[in-house]
Amino acid sequence: MNGAQKKEKASWWYLLFVLQYLVILWPPFYNKIEPTLIGLPFFYWFQLLWVIVSAVFTAVVYWATRGSR
Amino acid sequence: MAEINWTALIVFILLFGFITWLGFAAARWRKGDLDLLHEWGLGGRRFGTVVTWFLVGGDIYTAYTFIAVPALAFGAGAVAFFAVPYTILIYPLLFLVFPRLWNVCHKHGYITAADFVRGRFGNRWLALAITLTGIVATLPYIALQLLGIQVVVGALGVTGSGLAADLPLIIAFGVLAAFTYSSGLRAPASIAIVKDILIYVATFAIIIVVPLKLGGFGKIFAAVPAGKVLLAVPGDHTTGAYSSYATLALGSALALFLYPHSMTAILSANSSHAIRRNAAILPGYSFMLGLLAMIGLFVIAAGIADMPAYAPGFKHYGSNFAVPALLLHIFPSWFVGVAFAAIAIGALVPAAIMSIAVANLYTRNIHREFINRSPSDKQEAQMAKWVSMIAKLGALIFIIFVPTKYAIQLQLLGGIWIIQTLPAVMLGAYTRWFNDWALLIGWAAGTIAGTAMAIVSNLTPTFALTVGGHTFPGYSALYTVLLNLLIAVVLTPVFNGLRAARLDETAPADYFAG
Repeated sequence: MNGAQKKEKASWWYLLFVLQYLVILWPPFYNKIEPTLIGLPFFYWFQLLWVIVSAVFTAVVYWATRGSR
Repeated sequence: MAEINWTALIVFILLFGFITWLGFAAARWRKGDLDLLHEWGLGGRRFGTVVTWFLVGGDIYTAYTFIAVPALAFGAGAVAFFAVPYTILIYPLLFLVFPRLWNVCHKHGYITAADFVRGRFGNRWLALAITLTGIVATLPYIALQLLGIQVVVGALGVTGSGLAADLPLIIAFGVLAAFTYSSGLRAPASIAIVKDILIYVATFAIIIVVPLKLGGFGKIFAAVPAGKVLLAVPGDHTTGAYSSYATLALGSALALFLYPHSMTAILSANSSHAIRRNAAILPGYSFMLGLLAMIGLFVIAAGIADMPAYAPGFKHYGSNFAVPALLLHIFPSWFVGVAFAAIAIGALVPAAIMSIAVANLYTRNIHREFINRSPSDKQEAQMAKWVSMIAKLGALIFIIFVPTKYAIQLQLLGGIWIIQTLPAVMLGAYTRWFNDWALLIGWAAGTIAGTAMAIVSNLTPTFALTVGGHTFPGYSALYTVLLNLLIAVVLTPVFNGLRAARLDETAPADYFAG
């Protein structure tokens, strides 16, 4: 954000974080019962799954941007 | 609760005794000179990826979380699950912002957020605002950790009248105070490892055993009233539960790492890479927190609240008794002892880190800044040890003599207050564009508006913002930090026109590793 900081390159990989935010901040998308998974309503298992997905996203961004730092 | 559960109590005491020994032994771990503030208060910045994982995890997923999140699910249903999106949202922030802060703090020897703001913006009054906000927001949080201990001790059947009723809490406090004083941040770091293993074991046991006993998740959710399974679909002209849910998650996420205790745990890492790696592995805790939130619904499904054996507990502790009651109902006594010990030890870890964080703030940003400008290293560390003791004593007195609901309400206000430090701390990590006085006025406006919103909403977190006939119920902290930011942005050019001096002792390169 500051012109003097040449070392930090905005990486396209950070868009994964944007995706991670948008999906979870839009409750109408997951506020439903069906489809259930082993009896868990979608509302619960989807958000738990998204925890794992976001951890994977963060790991991907970590590996992808590691060299540029 | 008339009878003491001896088996559980003995297991509980043995585990508690073990971590007491561990807390004192920790002083010799990765040994450093505990007469230096950064050794006592930041563990010498020597913790690698794994220890940082346990420390930050133990710090932000507190005993109170383990009691309160399921309790909210038990009482209010699906809305309690906001804890899951909340913990999903924190990690990109941790990944992006905090390695920069770690680098600059390491370079300049800053040990608190206020140290950083003082150096970045060169304004002692802005730094004082950050300091006071941190201290005031943290104290009720320490008190709530002690509440977690109180609930499980009560559930073990240890009751009494007068001072005897509070004796277990006073003993736990004494243990906590003594090992924090002698070992500093090393104590909670070592105990966090034991505590987390116990918490993981207990949570997975519940999540496996309870559905087996109750006939599967399908049956459990069928037994929960429909209104509690999902968020209520909003009516006309309002965003209803949807905006409450999303703003609670986002606001809490933005606030979390601004708390002094989070900052202390993050700054104690040995490199900014350790922080980045942790952003990817800390979600292990988020997953567990999600499972715990569902446990609140299990309590409803099992019909435990209606059983006479647990009625006194629910009467005394309200929905905070939900998890202890479920554990007592489902598990053999020895395992109840293990699980309760996990909760009680889980209270000591964050309480220790919080009191250390408060001590660091007072010592560095109030005492050194305004009272004694050139203390010796030893005086500084000694001062911090005493202040951490006083902070805990204050929390103990509070939880014994003041009704619990005030601690909870103050903690709610604390979240609204601490988020007001976001522009100076988190945006300050990226840019020196803001004027320091503009930030201070924005902070004041956000703090006042947030407090007013909370009072208008009867001390609940969500405020019904109405614009042009539409209502947007949302977390006051998020609304007011936007106001704070807007004011800072508008006033910055104004103040810059008045004053030319721009002090900044940090250089752009300080924000990167290497």
